[in-house]
Amino acid sequence: MADTARDPPPEHTDFHELEDGEEDLFPEPTATEEESQPASLPAEDISTNSNGPKQDSLFDDDPEDLFAEATEEVSLDSPERDVLLSDGPSPAITPITPPTSVITPRIGHAHDDMFTRSSFDEIEEEEGGDSFDIHISVSDPEKVGDGMNAYMAYKVTTKTSMSLFKCSDFSVKRRFSDFLGLHSKLASKYLHIGYIVPPAPEKSIVGMTKVKVGKEDQSSNEFVEKRRSALERYLMRTVKHPILLKDPDVLQFLESSELPRAVSTQALSSAGLLRMVNKAADAVNKMTIKMNESDAWFEEKQQHFENLDVQLRKLHTSVESLVCHRKELSVNTAQFAKSAAMLGNSEDHTALSRALSQLAEVEEKIDQLHQDQANADFYLFSELLGDYVRLITAVKGVFDHRMKTWQKWQDSQMLLQKKREAEAKLQFTNKPDKLQQAKDEIKELEGKVQQGERDFEQISKIIRKEVSRFEKERVKDFKSIIIKYLESLVQTQQQLIKYWEAFLPEAKAIS
Amino acid sequence: MMEEAKDEASVLSVHGDDIKVTEVLKDGDTLTFLIISKKLSGTGEYHVDRTYDDFEWLQQHLFAQEDVPGIQGVIFPPLPAKPQVNASAKTMKQLGILGLGEWQPYCKAMETFLRQVAAHSVLCRNKAVEVFLTSSAPPGRQKIRKNIFNRLSQAVEEMRKEGHKDVDEFFQTERDRNLVLTSCTKTAAEKFLDMVLTEQKIAVACGHFSAALHLLVEPGEDADKQAFSRVCVKLSEVFESMKKNMTSVAENNMSTLGLGLDLESRHQEAEKEMLFRRTCKLVELESTKRNAEKAKPVKKLAMEEVKKAAETEFEHICRVAKQEITRFEKVRVEMLQQALVQWCEKQLLTAKESADQFNKHLQVFGGMA
Repeated sequence: MADTARDPPPEHTDFHELEDGEEDLFPEPTATEEESQPASLPAEDISTNSNGPKQDSLFDDDPEDLFAEATEEVSLDSPERDVLLSDGPSPAITPITPPTSVITPRIGHAHDDMFTRSSFDEIEEEEGGDSFDIHISVSDPEKVGDGMNAYMAYKVTTKTSMSLFKCSDFSVKRRFSDFLGLHSKLASKYLHIGYIVPPAPEKSIVGMTKVKVGKEDQSSNEFVEKRRSALERYLMRTVKHPILLKDPDVLQFLESSELPRAVSTQALSSAGLLRMVNKAADAVNKMTIKMNESDAWFEEKQQHFENLDVQLRKLHTSVESLVCHRKELSVNTAQFAKSAAMLGNSEDHTALSRALSQLAEVEEKIDQLHQDQANADFYLFSELLGDYVRLITAVKGVFDHRMKTWQKWQDSQMLLQKKREAEAKLQFTNKPDKLQQAKDEIKELEGKVQQGERDFEQISKIIRKEVSRFEKERVKDFKSIIIKYLESLVQTQQQLIKYWEAFLPEAKAIS
Repeated sequence: MMEEAKDEASVLSVHGDDIKVTEVLKDGDTLTFLIISKKLSGTGEYHVDRTYDDFEWLQQHLFAQEDVPGIQGVIFPPLPAKPQVNASAKTMKQLGILGLGEWQPYCKAMETFLRQVAAHSVLCRNKAVEVFLTSSAPPGRQKIRKNIFNRLSQAVEEMRKEGHKDVDEFFQTERDRNLVLTSCTKTAAEKFLDMVLTEQKIAVACGHFSAALHLLVEPGEDADKQAFSRVCVKLSEVFESMKKNMTSVAENNMSTLGLGLDLESRHQEAEKEMLFRRTCKLVELESTKRNAEKAKPVKKLAMEEVKKAAETEFEHICRVAKQEITRFEKVRVEMLQQALVQWCEKQLLTAKESADQFNKHLQVFGGMA
């Protein structure tokens, strides 16, 4: 096991986190795979008899299935893939038996029409009484270890009154790769069925290296703070999702004192490469999938998200520029304060000298205000916009999955058609074996086609709900951030008023 | 056409402390200032148009008053540098805050120059001042011969005299103090300008952000979409307010303390030049003394005459200089105080207005469903 002692290999920084965890450029050999048991998942979840929804149709190794390799998720039927892609025997789909008593959605049961009733609404109804009351904070970053093996451990504190949890106030220690591992699991379970899984914060080689090396300067402190804040927002977004909140991996992440090390974040050669190849394949496929969009809603929404993406990126750049100027103003103000102090010192006229020294002090205080404002600009707006840019990427991914689901369905249909034609021909030949085989295949394909249609309808339904939830959350999110920001603006002005009112008599007293 | 004004003593017929430079017209590289002065007798006013070159004409006349005893001891009110289109980096540095292209501060600076000239007991008597302020025809454009007052004519060798030890403690102290103050003030003015420039950048960035937010507004009947569009519109208004606030802050800075520091800086330079002229005279005097001592009997009398003349001139200069220094001290402290008080009052007002504005926005958001 080569990797437990070593830290993740140099990670590239500008791959935006998409549905899945990460794409590593320096993959580890598969031998590094560690089979560690997650504390709370029952062993039977790995078996193919798992009552996880049977998404066979999406994952099986049918050679004619054009998308067999194109999925990023673990297949229950394929143990090797299990090992490759997961960081533990966590099933691709939500297991039916979570550690707590909450009902999980049973999606896509081929032969079970439970899915017709386990819609979003009904899940929420079945909840009964447990209103959303949970607050997560990420705090106390602590460096563990030395040199390149060092990492930051963060304290994750959950305060809640929900019956979902064992306690109402508890904390655990987690490191960054744990968060990535959580996201990876959630993404593999939920993205392909249409849930918008909030993306995890991005990795940063430069930032982390500085921390590891022990550079205790402002920029590495800022980096840690930025990351801490991002992790907190990530968790809050995740638990705000009513389905994700109940996921056993989420609960384990929040509650369990020991968490198995997330190794998929360190990349596995074939999985990592596989994913990169898939992404390329996806890109090509996207160009060739011409979906007959019968539902105008989807077309409109897709366009909407494209626009939103573009605009948000522009706004994000704009705010980053604002933050930059604000920091520059802080520096300039500090320099002016120094020059005013020097001027005051050189001044012979006593009252003028004092006034100039006071001026220098006022300017120093104003400098601090500028720094605080720059932080507000950044942590409130810049990060909000950045989060939404990344979130939209997840949203677009979910729309893409829908297209793939449609494609799969269409492919099954076409295949069925072909098989039927072939069977028709075989009728006239004297090959009873082959005929029977053909009939069997047709039966199987008919099942697949039905499943494909159901999957497509299901994902479409879920996406509709998710988009609606996204749009509601978006308004709440923006409003709450804007209010905080305005409060910071008001406070800055009020401080300024205090400073100027204190300085005025000094200025008047000069002569 | 007025001839070159003779250096006769004249009495200024306008209120020197009420001269106004009300506007400036730009025509290519030519700037024309509109100057209004109030008549001393009666209620009339003089309205004249003067170009930057006319100001320089005036300044040259003031420098050229060689028959006024001790004129070299005068601290001449400094004229702002000429603003240029596509100015060089050096010119921009020289202009400082006046180079930002804002005409109000520039007019104010020109106004201050005229008021200081008119308030100067010696300078105001120069006929050129009266002509400049009251004549409807533009003053003459003939170039006056350059004199040692012109900074550019101070040759490099002469700069070495700057450090020449003084014979008078008062002046040595003043020279030392001036040296320090000149550099400190210049630095403070430069740093202040940097602040103003960044404030302007922030205002522009806020404006961009405000405009960009409108692109997020979408038509549609969907309740959530409408809610989000409302949020974006209101946020856009917030950033518009931020832009206004920053713009005001920058303007306040420019028009009060910025101008004040700039004027103080130029004033210190003017004092520096006066002190340097005096030092040069001192060096010259010491040289004539030596010459008189060393002179052969044939030349001795002549040398003594030269020495006496130099002594007299030097005494005049010192007398005038002392008066000027005292006056200068008073004026600059008053001027700085005024700048600081105005600056503080304006920024206080802006802060109050902005706090109000942001509070209103806060209430709007708080009340939003």
